[in-house]
Amino acid sequence: MSEAIKTDVLIIGAGPCGLFAVFELGLLDMKVHLVDILDKIGGQCAELYPEKPIYDIPGIPLVTGQGLTEALLEQIKPFDPTFHLNEMVESIEKIGDPGFRVTTDAGKVFECKVVVVSAGGGSFQPKRPPVPGIEAYENTSVFYAVRKMEQFRDREILIVGGGDSALDWTLNLHPLAKRITLLHRRDDFRAAPHSVEQMRKLVADGKMDLKIGQVTALEGADGKLSAAQVKGSDNAMSTISCDTMLPFFGLTMKLGPVANWGLQLENNLIPVETASFETNVPGIFAIGDINTYPGKLKLILSGFHEGALMAQKAHRYVYPDKRLVFQYTTSSSSLQKKLGVN
Amino acid sequence: MTKINFVDHSGETRTVDVENGATVMEAAIRNAVPGIEAECGGACACATCHVYVDEAWTEKVGKPTPMEEDMLDFGYDVRPNSRLSCQIKVSDELDGLVVTVPERQA
Ligand SMILES: Cc1cc2nc3c(=O)[nH]c(=O)nc-3n(C[C@H](O)[C@H](O)[C@H](O)COP(=O)(O)OP(=O)(O)OC[C@H]3O[C@@H](n4cnc5c(N)ncnc54)[C@H](O)[C@@H]3O)c2cc1C
Ligand code: FES
Repeated sequence: MSEAIKTDVLIIGAGPCGLFAVFELGLLDMKVHLVDILDKIGGQCAELYPEKPIYDIPGIPLVTGQGLTEALLEQIKPFDPTFHLNEMVESIEKIGDPGFRVTTDAGKVFECKVVVVSAGGGSFQPKRPPVPGIEAYENTSVFYAVRKMEQFRDREILIVGGGDSALDWTLNLHPLAKRITLLHRRDDFRAAPHSVEQMRKLVADGKMDLKIGQVTALEGADGKLSAAQVKGSDNAMSTISCDTMLPFFGLTMKLGPVANWGLQLENNLIPVETASFETNVPGIFAIGDINTYPGKLKLILSGFHEGALMAQKAHRYVYPDKRLVFQYTTSSSSLQKKLGVN
Repeated sequence: MTKINFVDHSGETRTVDVENGATVMEAAIRNAVPGIEAECGGACACATCHVYVDEAWTEKVGKPTPMEEDMLDFGYDVRPNSRLSCQIKVSDELDGLVVTVPERQA
């Protein structure tokens, strides 16, 4: 186990609500680390709708998902939060009153006074394509992510999808693999044009195969894949021989480990009281889409409000001897100093 | 009011009324038509509102935009007459539209 990272507050989930919480906590002198399973900051806004417009952020008539993420990052810059991406929080253990030890799937350990769960709809995880019986091959022949490329040396690989992940892994694994077939439902790709070009060149040179169609069934036994049945765009059935399949069908949100943290749950949401958005465990707060209370609206603006109130109560845990004085950013010189504008 | 017919994969038809300007997905959700999930609420960001447009209607309904085509990549058993129902706006022209709900959403 690596040495624990000590911080005032650990935020689980770097979506818009987790990000704005950094601001509210920072104004009250609390240091923050954030963990997110995604490889990028911004939660749903960055992963699901980076280019789509949002019209209901107070005071901002129109901003895209990505634009909002960037603006929030700019806003919290003075507080210098540390991000730990590509990591999923697995466990929370109580070590103080309050005080917590939080562990990620990468083995990182945090020790903090306060935990803020802003986990949205849960952690983003790869979508399982609805091919009958696919579960039986998962982690033996079917993989949704590539952790170690070496694992795929000399394999006969079927990569399914038309986005950047599918194309990038086609190009990266091609030198190692025995043979690669890329399968996509149409001869048009979402992926970056230069990777599509590279792929087409490999196909033209006879170094890999490109097939158009969709997987309908898998063949094999005991978790060992031997072939995939494919329906072409002309409805003709064919078989692709393969011992490994890598489907890339995007991400979906699954509650994941949040269910194992000893927090009360109601329909996969965490009930909180509405004065500070604290959970049934003192010192653990839940804000944004993951929480529930009478009248809850799953809107970004609600999560912002929740973050502000949460920070007031968190301050009592982090600085039990300090009294909080209510201040405006407009007029308080001490707040402005923290923001680096004075 | 415009009528939309949803055929489930066993062949049973459910007819619902919806006002012009709403989407076929909204017609399904408001009337609790099974098989349409619409996780993203109509933002063309989830592909869980996938339907097959009846051959007689494909021309009137039209083709998906490139953004919708990209999203259809995440659908299950996508066919030439596949559409995301949140991207079909209801108008008088579509009165009586027939769509089939796939066996499962992505
Ligand atoms: C298409 C679409 C359009 C929308 N339009 C609007 C709109 O116009 N206005 C509006 O107000 N809202 C809109 N929303 C909703 C809005 O995006 C959400 O309310 C908002 O993203 C919630 O923010 P959050 O910070 O609570 O969680 P999220 O944005 O869901 O982020 C949570 C993060 O936590 C991470 N996570 C979860 N569990 C773990 C774990 N165990 N370990 C590590 N990381 C974890 C997840 O990977 C995720 O990145 C829209 C949503 C969608 C999908
Ligand atoms: S409702 Fe999500 S794509 Fe149509």
